[in-house]
Amino acid sequence: MNRFQNFKNGLLKDNPVFSLYLGICSTLAITTSVNNGLGMGVAVICVLIMSNVIISLVRNITPEEIRIPVYIVIIATLVKIIQMLIEAYAPALNTSLGVFIPLIVVNCIILGRAEAFASKHGVLDSALDGLGMGLGYTLAVTVMSLIREVLSTGMINLVNPFDETQILLNIRIIPDDYVISMFSSPVGAFVTFAILAALVSVYKNHADQKAAAKEVK
Amino acid sequence: MGELVTLLVTSVLINNVILNQFLGMCPFMGVSKKRSSAIGMGVAVMFVIVVAAIVTYGLYYLALVPLGLEFMDLITFILVIASLVQLTEMFIKKTSPSLYKSLGVYLPLITTNCVVLNVCLVNISNHYDFAQMLVYSFGTPLGFALVLYIFSTIRERLDLCDVPKSFIGNPIALIVAAIMSMAFSGLAGIV
Repeated sequence: MNRFQNFKNGLLKDNPVFSLYLGICSTLAITTSVNNGLGMGVAVICVLIMSNVIISLVRNITPEEIRIPVYIVIIATLVKIIQMLIEAYAPALNTSLGVFIPLIVVNCIILGRAEAFASKHGVLDSALDGLGMGLGYTLAVTVMSLIREVLSTGMINLVNPFDETQILLNIRIIPDDYVISMFSSPVGAFVTFAILAALVSVYKNHADQKAAAKEVK
Repeated sequence: MGELVTLLVTSVLINNVILNQFLGMCPFMGVSKKRSSAIGMGVAVMFVIVVAAIVTYGLYYLALVPLGLEFMDLITFILVIASLVQLTEMFIKKTSPSLYKSLGVYLPLITTNCVVLNVCLVNISNHYDFAQMLVYSFGTPLGFALVLYIFSTIRERLDLCDVPKSFIGNPIALIVAAIMSMAFSGLAGIV
């Protein structure tokens, strides 16, 4: 039950992006299309689960003073592996995500979870935490890229990342004349993020109030 | 020479790291509440980036390429950056304890500041020569410091404003960033 609770918190209430403000650099930059958002999300989930598991395995043999360099080297190695895999099997995704794949190394979510969770908990718990936080990140980037892509191009376009010619989904929602191209520019990224963060904060306030009311009763 | 000036203006104003490439958002949100800490952070980041760029550039072309170890770039770069940040931290702690206190946790976090790693990686991937590398590695953190400073002056005033409850803190700061980004995109025509 407790484990499930941890997992659920990562998705909404403690969402790494909208509520803890971790990893916003990549969230703002790559959310121009749902394709990119999903690709980045999956890459982050993979790195996060593996890094949490490895760091949790070595947590008892890592000296306290040098733990951060140790974590960073572990994370950098994992990211490099993922980057090489993406480069080989999904070259289109590699071009569109660009420098943001190697920059997963310095994504605060990963080091943050290593420090705050994996270095103190068992392997299974850490893997679950990685999955929860990774899904929370993926959810955040997907929602954000969905809003931005629909508003800026008026359509949703999904292609198979391993084979660009295979189109999975291509539907138009807003007619071509009514799209707001601002949403594909940096301005749109900041505005969308601000509004979503404000919404999550409304939800959090509401949940806190409900909890407080329960306690009074 | 003209090319280098263009590169400088582009990296400071047009392709601004924060407003256009969204890098370094964590310190942008975290240490922009006071002007003095914004300046301290800007200078610290500038120092780390210039030194890190020179060291990683040298390492890449003098050690990794001759040995055929290009795929080790991420790991070596991040280690160089981490040790440089440690050095800067020790230096600031000795020379200015008050600045050290106001920067707080964000000082060691320069390690995970994406601007630093990004500059090192872009220097390599864009095949810059030594002069271009120096200009780019100086211009990028200059743009970072500039925007951080402007943003902190706005934020000091923002504290006195009446903001809707759910927008207090980071959401309203992001709206400000959006407007700044709009203003900076107007500069795109100057080069």
